[in-house]
Amino acid sequence: LIATFPNIYISTTVQYIDLSINQSAINLQSIMVFEKDLNLDATELRLGLPGSSEESLRISNKRALPDMNDDSGVAVAKKCDQETAPPTKAQVVGWPPIRSYRKNSLQTKKTEAETGGMYVKVSMDGAPYLRKIDLKVYKGYPELFKALEDMFKFKVGKYSEREGYNGSEFVPTYEDKDGDWMLVGDVPWEMFINACKRLRIVRGSEARGLGCVV
Amino acid sequence: MNYFPDEVVEHVFDFITSHKDRNSVSLVCKSWYKIERYSRQRVFIGNCYSITPQRLIARFPGLKSLTLKGKPHFADFNLVPHDWGGFVDPWIKALAKSRIGLEELRLKRMVVSDDSLELLSKSFPNFKSLVLVSCEGFTTDGVAAIAANCRFLRELDLQENEVEDHRGHWLSCFPESCTSLVSLNFACLKGEINLASLERLVARSPNLKSLRLNRVVPLDTLQKLLMRAPQLADLGIGSYVDDPSSEVFSKLKAVIQLCNSIRSLSGFLEVAPCCMSAIYPICENLTFLNLSYAPGLQGNDLTKLVQHCRKLQRLWILDCIGDKGLGVVASTCKELQELRVFPSDPFDAGNAAVTEEGLVLISAGCPKLNSLLYFCHQMTNAALITVAKNCTNFIRFRLCILDPVKADPVTNQPLDEGFGAIVRSNKSLKRLSLSGLLTDQVFLYIGMYAKKLEMLSIAFAGDSNKGMLYVLNGCKKLRKLEIRDCPFGDVALLEDMGKYETMRSLWMSSCEVTLGACKTLAKKMPSLNVEIINESEHLEFSLDDRLLVDKMYLYRTLVGHRKDKPEYVLLL
Repeated sequence: LIATFPNIYISTTVQYIDLSINQSAINLQSIMVFEKDLNLDATELRLGLPGSSEESLRISNKRALPDMNDDSGVAVAKKCDQETAPPTKAQVVGWPPIRSYRKNSLQTKKTEAETGGMYVKVSMDGAPYLRKIDLKVYKGYPELFKALEDMFKFKVGKYSEREGYNGSEFVPTYEDKDGDWMLVGDVPWEMFINACKRLRIVRGSEARGLGCVV
Repeated sequence: MNYFPDEVVEHVFDFITSHKDRNSVSLVCKSWYKIERYSRQRVFIGNCYSITPQRLIARFPGLKSLTLKGKPHFADFNLVPHDWGGFVDPWIKALAKSRIGLEELRLKRMVVSDDSLELLSKSFPNFKSLVLVSCEGFTTDGVAAIAANCRFLRELDLQENEVEDHRGHWLSCFPESCTSLVSLNFACLKGEINLASLERLVARSPNLKSLRLNRVVPLDTLQKLLMRAPQLADLGIGSYVDDPSSEVFSKLKAVIQLCNSIRSLSGFLEVAPCCMSAIYPICENLTFLNLSYAPGLQGNDLTKLVQHCRKLQRLWILDCIGDKGLGVVASTCKELQELRVFPSDPFDAGNAAVTEEGLVLISAGCPKLNSLLYFCHQMTNAALITVAKNCTNFIRFRLCILDPVKADPVTNQPLDEGFGAIVRSNKSLKRLSLSGLLTDQVFLYIGMYAKKLEMLSIAFAGDSNKGMLYVLNGCKKLRKLEIRDCPFGDVALLEDMGKYETMRSLWMSSCEVTLGACKTLAKKMPSLNVEIINESEHLEFSLDDRLLVDKMYLYRTLVGHRKDKPEYVLLL
């Protein structure tokens, strides 16, 4: 309901209510209980993300108010008032106590990790146009080769350290950060995806220098 | 009575450098007060609203170095609304008008504008050092002004500030004639910089000892910078990503071998774990390692690195190191004094990265441990009692259990006994932060045993006013008390109003303090500013004294109400 309203903040918080309750203090919690009956939340326009509700959450964090006359130190229910669901951890304002700067830094890393791909161009000799793939999507060489094979309709062949790729006309190569063209598969996967700037699937005849036995 | 001429006394005072000692000296007699104030060069003001710049300038005409703190500590956790205060502008304006030859300015949690920075840069010809920690309100244009105009700048240290980045050119504003840099930290800036300018700057700064880069500085630039500055003692790496088989990486490995003065290492804001082996040669000599902003390193990367750091005294790390990793720290880092373990995923309860086990291992292995900040998913009384047995030198003990009211998972008891053991055995404890399920009992212990405690942070703890009273009555050295979401109310607040004059400040939010009690306190104690922060738009103060106050911040002051308060703050 909150999400369907435009972004205008109009608070309809009631500020003063004489509730005639036998308590020596009126508290915001009582006010909130009253407000819930009026369902003010449903009609309240606010600025903010759908689902976020700072004010009421802060109040719902409060412990159940102890009996005003009882100051004997009896342990009071620590959890929130039953009428309002306890906030999920993510929504308790200012908790855990981590500086916003630090929180924001880690958040950036997370979103970067989630959305920032490692896209490299892939060319194949004889193919009319290039493709682009996200190296982060693959867990290792087998998945990468499968994807390339599907994309360009060829077979990679069997890799061996000594001989390169056996049994195929095509050889996968990549350009590294130094600008050199290397055979795909020699170095550990992590190292490879950090070093790879672009991929080129080379025809057998040209690939001889890279150790392809055709 | 003075048996010595003033000049002799002044010379003696030159050897007294601590603020506390100088403050004490100034109280001995009128003559000493006078001598002290003329010779004082460094002043620390823990709360910028406790005094005015005019009075500061009047008392200390020889002022060279000023440290100011603005917002209350809980502002770090978004509990203080925007524009609450802490503006440095009036201070810089007043100092600029005066004849003070300011050389050093250190600010924490203050609002700094580009105009202030520009005025600062143009008003003090001998200005040498600017340190901004957790500040906001300025952009890289302000930083550019400092770079451009402070001819003898030695230190530009920006720590964890929110800076609007206008991209790049600030670094190029250091004139070619600037060769005095000793410390440059711009790790918190997010934007691009001119790498060539950076290289030239480092090349012409032979005294550069501390360099902390931001994440856009790539590895090959790092390699070039280290070639120019092998004398660095403190290095903060920006981006550390490359192919270990590349030529650049080999060059980096080679130059790192030459950097045998590095004692402090931080950053790794972007990192490829396979490159970490190049760092091992400098690990042997490190005394401070901060990997708390390097989420790209996994637990075993961290463990492998730490194994080389036998001389480590301070370690800041993410909790993905795990309990096992902390075990490795415990067996390797026998000189460890300070440990900070931060959560890599503050809101994910599922992945329990460190628990009480890691802490116990550390306490057993690191006898010199005196400062702890530990975010964990759970803690037990037994573990805390063991830690208290193993470590009796704590000065700072901050434990944060991510679930704010979590009991001991083994016994389902509150953590009173555990924290009680900590305060009982650590008699030098100055700073304590509590968390977990806690009753009034823990405060009884704190009041009884934490006699040197100066700062206490409490959240979601206690049962009644007694809790707060135990602390106020027992902790004679208390200076800062900050409380959130605890059932402490008027009775506790008003019991000993004079106490607050012996403290810097008290923060209470989401407690059970009424407006009426705050008014009473403000009326009886004119030397205190009692601020009520009210964010709900239509709540009017004049209405009801019985209303519970959402946020109250009170602090002692010599200068009464501040003039710059925002609308939502009520000064009683």
